[in-house]
Amino acid sequence: MHAAVVVFPGSNCDRDVALAVARATGRPPAMVWHGDTDLPRADLIVLPGGFSYGDYLRCGAMAAHSPVMRAVVERVKAGARVLGICNGFQILTEARLLPGALLRNASRKFVCRPVSLRVETTNGEFTRAYAPGETIRLPVAHGEGNYTADPETLARLEGEGRVVFRYVDGTNPNGSVNDIAGIMDATGRVMGLMPHPERASEAIHGSTDGARMFEGLVEALA
Amino acid sequence: MKARVTVTLKRGVLDPQGKAIGNALHGLGFPQVGEVRAGKVIELDLAETDHEKARAAVEEMCRKLLANLVVEDYAIEIA
Repeated sequence: MHAAVVVFPGSNCDRDVALAVARATGRPPAMVWHGDTDLPRADLIVLPGGFSYGDYLRCGAMAAHSPVMRAVVERVKAGARVLGICNGFQILTEARLLPGALLRNASRKFVCRPVSLRVETTNGEFTRAYAPGETIRLPVAHGEGNYTADPETLARLEGEGRVVFRYVDGTNPNGSVNDIAGIMDATGRVMGLMPHPERASEAIHGSTDGARMFEGLVEALA
Repeated sequence: MKARVTVTLKRGVLDPQGKAIGNALHGLGFPQVGEVRAGKVIELDLAETDHEKARAAVEEMCRKLLANLVVEDYAIEIA
């Protein structure tokens, strides 16, 4: 599997996710600058966490319109998979590659802690390494992870099995509707989630549940 | 021309910032304050003399970037 990680000014999880991807694929991913208009060969494109463009205007709003995103949209149409983590998820919603929006946490506080997530679907490449209904542990670190969408969109997401991860009952850290932590698009090629799989990809991290996401992608897309 | 865009969260969308401001105002002795909604103001200088053209351009800017219509409303003043 060939992978690329997009680096925006203000990304801060790009190197962590590059390491996690490299561990799964056996080779470092291409690092692509936000101003680039061309992407290298990539079966998987990762939009990493951080504070792209300083979170100016809205989280992910500027990054969604950066030159590289036009190339990302083209690659999605051509069949590439795109994974947006945390700020990457916010960018995907601002770019309209995923529906809904991510609002300020209901608590008004930045949350930074491991959370328990239920794997709601193992359809598609992103979660094929997990068991349906399995509970996994990944860290979150965000101030704006409160997922929301209009009722019709929400009904469609739920009805089509596109809610991929849900915070386990009673542990929702941000007030997101239906405890949603991650969703995918109608094609299953684009997934965004607030928790950080790359921060749970080595034994020293305390969990390797995140590594399995990348391993599953490699198995599927190799 | 100048344009002034006001972006606010839609009715019904939780506004934690507005809530915090409301709580702070109550703490300062303003019990008459009810719901508080916070937003942002964006001022634009436009190289444009036609009022209608200016408004149409700013509308497009709002839809494309300045507001996220999933959760926000906008209002435009042209002067």
